[in-house]
Formats: sequence, C-alpha cells, structure tokens
Amino acid sequence: MDGAGPAIAFWALSFLTLISAGGVMAVRNLFHAVLFLIVTFIGVAGFFLLLSAEFIAMAQVIIYVGAIAVLVLFAVLLTPRAGRDNGETRWAAPGILLAIALAVVLLFAVNDTNWTTIDEDPGLVVADLGRALLSTWVLPFEIASVLLTAALVGAIMLVRSPEEEAEDALA
Amino acid sequence: MIGLEHFLTVGALLFALGLAIALSKRNAIGVLMGVEIMLNAVNITLLAFSRFSSGELSRPIAGQTFVVFVITVAAAEAAVALALAVSVYRNRQTIDVDKLNLLKS
Repeated sequence: MDGAGPAIAFWALSFLTLISAGGVMAVRNLFHAVLFLIVTFIGVAGFFLLLSAEFIAMAQVIIYVGAIAVLVLFAVLLTPRAGRDNGETRWAAPGILLAIALAVVLLFAVNDTNWTTIDEDPGLVVADLGRALLSTWVLPFEIASVLLTAALVGAIMLVRSPEEEAEDALA
Repeated sequence: MIGLEHFLTVGALLFALGLAIALSKRNAIGVLMGVEIMLNAVNITLLAFSRFSSGELSRPIAGQTFVVFVITVAAAEAAVALALAVSVYRNRQTIDVDKLNLLKS
C-alpha cells in the first residue's frame, strides 16, 4: 500500500482503535466503557475497509456497532447496581502482566518473521465471497445458521422471568 | 509504505489489550467486552493475511470467509453471555466475577 492516503488512514485508525480500547480498560463506569467499545468497533471496521474487505466492514458496522453494542448496552442497563464503579479483580496485576508478555511475544514473532507478501490488491468482490460461502464452505455456513438459531433460543430461555415460566407450566 | 507487519502489529496490540481487559475487569459484562475486542483483533489479522498473502496455493477468499464465521460465532456468544449475565444478576444482585463463587467449598 503505497501513497500518503493509506498511510494517514492507517495511523489515524490505529490511534483511534488502540486509544479507545485503552479507554475500555481504564474507565470504571461500565456505560462509558460501552461507548469506548463502540468507537473501537468503528475503528476496526475502518481497518477492514483499508484491507479492501468492503462487505466485512459493512457487516462489522451492522453486527458489532448495531447489534452487539446495543445488546451490551441493554445488559448494562438491566443490571443497574452492577454497572458503576467497577474496579479490577484481585487477579488484575497478573492478568495485565500476562497480556504484556503475550504482546511482546507476538510483536517479536511479527517482526522476526520474513513474510513474503504481495502489494497489489487481490481484487476480491462480494460475489467471490458469496460463491465461496455457498460452494466450498456451504457446510460450515449451514452449521453457523443452526448455531445462531440455537443461541437465540437459548438466550430467550435464559432471560425469561419466573412468572412467565409458571404461566407456561399451567398452560 | 504500509505493509502486512503494520496490520499484524495493530492486531497483536489490540489482542493483548482485550486479554488485559478480560482478565482484569471485575464485572462479567466487562469481561465480555474484552473477549469481543480479542475477536476483532483476530479478524484484523485474518483479513490482513487475506489481503497480503502471496504464492500459488494462497486462496485470499478463505480469510474473508473465516471472518464471516468468526463474526457469526461472536454474535451468538454475545447473546448467550449477556443473557447469562442478566440471569445471574436476577438471582444474586451482582455480576462481579469475584463474588460468583457458589461452587467454592
């Protein structure tokens, strides 16, 4: 990726994404953490656009920013006394140390490997993705749809109130 | 000149940040946010390999396909995990992972 445009976009998106992810880490109010999380998701969608995966970027905005962020917001609002003033667990310091160690190992691996890459765009369009999903990967595609159905039914079962369950038992 | 290493570096840093969030937050929903950030970091890495991979055997579309599946599973996981959090809150009035120790003798 030559030229100033992709470079500016890359560095701006990097700062946006990493700083907002750090915001999720730093803030104690869970509501503010969700807002930072939304900014992180939008930054990641920008990375997807930069990597010329337009469909995935759109799906990221719809699913993560649209659905998952709203779902997390609902969960925060449905657990009102748990959302404020969240500190760290007792295991925070070892966890952060582990994360730093992992980052060091991963960065070493990334920079030490001699990657053979091409610079020109592979030129994938949405039609290629659809064809691949419905030919080579049709079985995982169907399994994913079954998984989604099962997960949604399970989520509804889990959050039903006891009164509703009693009514269903009588009927 | 932005290359594969740049995207892999961002993916690695974002993954480490997500891991730190998942391990250090006391609230179960906070832990879930860390997991979502980690999944996003992995997606960046997959798409970077899809965009920059070379060689006769490389199939760039495979990376994008796998990202579709990762997003699907992430959505299912978020729905079930948040339902669990709400359900636990109803019974215990807290979702602090430190205090959910009923199975501890």
